Amino acid sequence: MSIEAHDIRKTFGRFTALAGVSLHVPRGKLVALLGPSGSGKTTLLRIIAGLEYPDAGSGRILFHGEDVTDVPPGERKVGFVFQHYALFRHLTVFENIAFGLRVKSRRERPDEEAIAQRVHELLKLVQLDGLERRYPNQLSGGQRQRVALARALAVDPKVLLLDEPFGALDAKVRKELRRWLRRFHDEIHLTTIFVTHDQEEALEIADEVVIMNQARVEQVGTPQEVYDRPASPFVYQFLGNVNVLADPALATGGRPPGLTANGHIYVRPHDIEVGRHVTGAPGIPAIIRYIHTAGAQARLSLEQVQSREPIEAEISRAVLEDLNLQANDLVLLRLRQSRSFDEDYHI
Amino acid sequence: MEPAVSVRLTPMAAIVATSLADVRRPAAPPRATQEAAWVRWLLTAFALLFVGGFLVLPLAVVFTEALRHGLGAYFAAFADPDALAAIRLTLLTAAIAVPCNLVFGVAAAWAIARFDFWGKSVLTTLIDLPFAVSPVISGLIYVLIFGLQGWLGPWLQEHNLQVIFAVPGIVLATIFVTFPFVARELIPLMQAQGSDEEYAALTLGASGWQTFWRVTLPNIKWGLFYGVILCNARAMGEFGAVSVVSGHIRGETNTMPLHVEILYNEYNFVAAFAVASLLALLALVTLGLKTFIEWKHHQALAAIP
Repeated sequence: MSIEAHDIRKTFGRFTALAGVSLHVPRGKLVALLGPSGSGKTTLLRIIAGLEYPDAGSGRILFHGEDVTDVPPGERKVGFVFQHYALFRHLTVFENIAFGLRVKSRRERPDEEAIAQRVHELLKLVQLDGLERRYPNQLSGGQRQRVALARALAVDPKVLLLDEPFGALDAKVRKELRRWLRRFHDEIHLTTIFVTHDQEEALEIADEVVIMNQARVEQVGTPQEVYDRPASPFVYQFLGNVNVLADPALATGGRPPGLTANGHIYVRPHDIEVGRHVTGAPGIPAIIRYIHTAGAQARLSLEQVQSREPIEAEISRAVLEDLNLQANDLVLLRLRQSRSFDEDYHI
Repeated sequence: MEPAVSVRLTPMAAIVATSLADVRRPAAPPRATQEAAWVRWLLTAFALLFVGGFLVLPLAVVFTEALRHGLGAYFAAFADPDALAAIRLTLLTAAIAVPCNLVFGVAAAWAIARFDFWGKSVLTTLIDLPFAVSPVISGLIYVLIFGLQGWLGPWLQEHNLQVIFAVPGIVLATIFVTFPFVARELIPLMQAQGSDEEYAALTLGASGWQTFWRVTLPNIKWGLFYGVILCNARAMGEFGAVSVVSGHIRGETNTMPLHVEILYNEYNFVAAFAVASLLALLALVTLGLKTFIEWKHHQALAAIP
């Protein structure tokens, strides 16, 4: 089922959580709502689920072309997974998953046997067979997360909404679980929106990324699109590391493409080529201040000679060894790819 | 001080040396927060004396006085029809007041913990009012409203309804005085638990009532029991407010605490202490239940993920 949001506004007192946000999620896609905290992404998700309502007179929510703005959450056929799981702490894993089936009206409610069968099916799907008698507080964070997912899936939702699904997990479990979610999505093809503030997470598993900032959508696109062609300085800064160079005139080696006279230029650390300093050669002269070698790439903290601006570059460790660079060496920087924006944003 | 050990220790010798050092060390290493022994003894003794003098001794006195003339006299005190009437009235009052405050308390706590509305802080403060006001004043309020000279007095008299100096007044005063117990217990609990589980139930298709019975109530169960037993103990033991509205009519509007007072004033000590011992027993049972519930509650709280 496709999801559409049209011009959604939401204010809490004086705080504007959403200032006219529109969104289209095609059927069967895995979409990430990405943004810093306070950007309105969770509010948007809750409005889609029906747990919050948009401000009176603003916006509509459509599921599969059908207006559901005034439909209560229980009838929207959404599966919602909460950031802190919100498992029913007084119920076992089995009863948690069965909850959605047990509260159905008598006419629709499956019998005991059918419920048990469905629960076991779901436990298998989320790889938690054998844990049905445990209580939520006897499970690890990753297990709770999967119970929450199974519980949401029990009522056959047409849409799956996940609020910071991996936010409360430690780094390693997080990585495993998000890859698992991607494979899982490939199996069940349920239209899914998940909220995250972790760009790596969004870029890794989403089909499409919606980047939000200050109650608005900044950019929508595939992970590669938003990473390679950020639509605004905010997106540039938010997705990965970036150097903001204030005075591009110092780039003696010719102007980088797309450069305007007084704009900042944005360049990612891995788009900077580092070479030994040769007098007269094109490039930005800089001094190496520090070399970080812990990790796959070597990270250089540099300082531009003329402007004294700091700049970061990432080069492979093989290149670092070839160049035989040390701290305080003078080098030349060349920007392979950089970008500037016409308006002079202040970030 | 440890003697200087030779530098060239073989590993084995080193182990022996360390274990010897272990033996010499005092059993418990001093902690930064530990006071000198005499301070600890003094404080402990003071606390014990205080508890003994102010809590244990009076309790012991109640039971010794009650049993001074033997079990026969003790039980005879309960055979008195006035005493029985007082016990009945106390039970009746609690049986009405506690369920009322159970419902009010849950409703108020739910409204305060789950919603933001205008005047919420005023309501929260008002809930505490019965604790802040002297019980005698609470009783007087009802006399001023329902009494003969009160606002509603003439109207009530016309319709032949009696509130003051009758059971309804006692029940009303008791409800007022015991109102905060359940609500105060639940508000912080419900605020701490948040409403995510209820939202989860809603997205799974549960109705409002289903959510309440299947999710909200089980989660506040222990806090609720706790509030109810405290509410009950106070409802049965309330003296001041009830004293003002009751009129002390023997066999009709005397609750147990009032009956104790009357008996005592009549120098009927054994009977007074016998009835008082029932109230003391109630207190002990309440404490036992409270401890048990706190323990269960603590387990449930520890389960908050």
